[in-house]
Amino acid sequence: MKLNERSVAHYATCDSPADHTGFLRKRVERHHHHAHHHHATSYQRRWFVLKGNLLFYFEERDSREPMGLVVLEGCTVELCEAAEEFAFAIRFDDAGARAYVLVADGHAAMEAWVKALSRASFDYMRLVVKELEKQLEEACKSLAACRKSPRRSSSSGRKRHLSNPALLPLPEKPTILENGYSTWGGGDDILGGAACPDHDGGYAKPPPLPPRRRSAASSTAGSPAAGLSPAMPESPVSPETACFSKLHNWYGQEIATLRREWQERQKRGHP
Amino acid sequence: MRYNERELLSLARQPAEKAAEVLMRVPKKGSVLKKRLVKLVVNFLFYFRTDEAEPIGALLLEHCKITKEEENVFSISFLEEPERKYRFECDSEEQCQEWIEALKRASYEFMRRSLIFYRNEIQKMTGKDPLEQYGISEEARFQLGTPKQ
Repeated sequence: MKLNERSVAHYATCDSPADHTGFLRKRVERHHHHAHHHHATSYQRRWFVLKGNLLFYFEERDSREPMGLVVLEGCTVELCEAAEEFAFAIRFDDAGARAYVLVADGHAAMEAWVKALSRASFDYMRLVVKELEKQLEEACKSLAACRKSPRRSSSSGRKRHLSNPALLPLPEKPTILENGYSTWGGGDDILGGAACPDHDGGYAKPPPLPPRRRSAASSTAGSPAAGLSPAMPESPVSPETACFSKLHNWYGQEIATLRREWQERQKRGHP
Repeated sequence: MRYNERELLSLARQPAEKAAEVLMRVPKKGSVLKKRLVKLVVNFLFYFRTDEAEPIGALLLEHCKITKEEENVFSISFLEEPERKYRFECDSEEQCQEWIEALKRASYEFMRRSLIFYRNEIQKMTGKDPLEQYGISEEARFQLGTPKQ
């Protein structure tokens, strides 16, 4: 299958914001041609750059082109019980797909990577955006309501002039946003036509949730420290739910559990 | 550049944001318009021969420019090669406009900008950071002006 590789490589190396970067050791996957051989596992240190739902890796930090790309859709990120400490794995729902095993330099780095990768999917970002869009609508409505009320004491005291509160539209998106990096192409073609995302946008139904997390039982050899705790409840959100706060609590709990397990492991056996 | 093609193929089989049969021409010398099924999934545009299950190719829609060409026609080009255009001819002007709108919003970077905008507006209106309750206010991806790393 063809891919617009030149453009993808350009996106990897241009100065649009990276969500996370750092050195990781990447397990080398070898094809086991000879069943009786036990190939020693080896790792190669690479420079990783996470942008959105794309994880790039470079041979060196200053390499001008990425060596490779992992598209992070339909995957889960778990701690893994590899021979290495601070190892985690990116596993895909697709049965039989290879996992990417990565090793961080330390506990903090590992945690930061797992967190960043867990939130990297397009659908996660879409959910957050929809949630904020809703909150902004509600904030506009309640400000409008404040204006209509004869008693203005509940207003926040701001001197915002709302010319027609009953018909208050969502603020127009500026073509060059305040975040300091300019949009490409003068804004017209990319942002001009989309002053505000539509309330329904292109979505006739709630956006699909990020893929469900697999339970520890299906992915590890049963070690309590690896992957998710077996006591972790299955995701409370069904595929039909688009409840962001539930989803977020669930992610948050998972991170908290992983952290707890790690701390327990540290206390138990590691010098 | 290596990439996880298997997962990309799997992604191509997911429910699409938008799909249609259009005429497509790639920016290669001597290429002609061909009937293709195009399918938008997250920030990828997959294109298939109309009778095949596996896509011929995929376009990552980051740092791309969607341009209205003549009637019923739009093009996709990329930041570093603006003159190399992928050309798409639709059945109607309406369909053409729908695709332009959908493709403009289909990038992660677009969502990031929207999010930063909403966050900022909510903060200005309510005095509160809407991301704080979710404990993600410090995440790099949500910052106004992430420093170069």
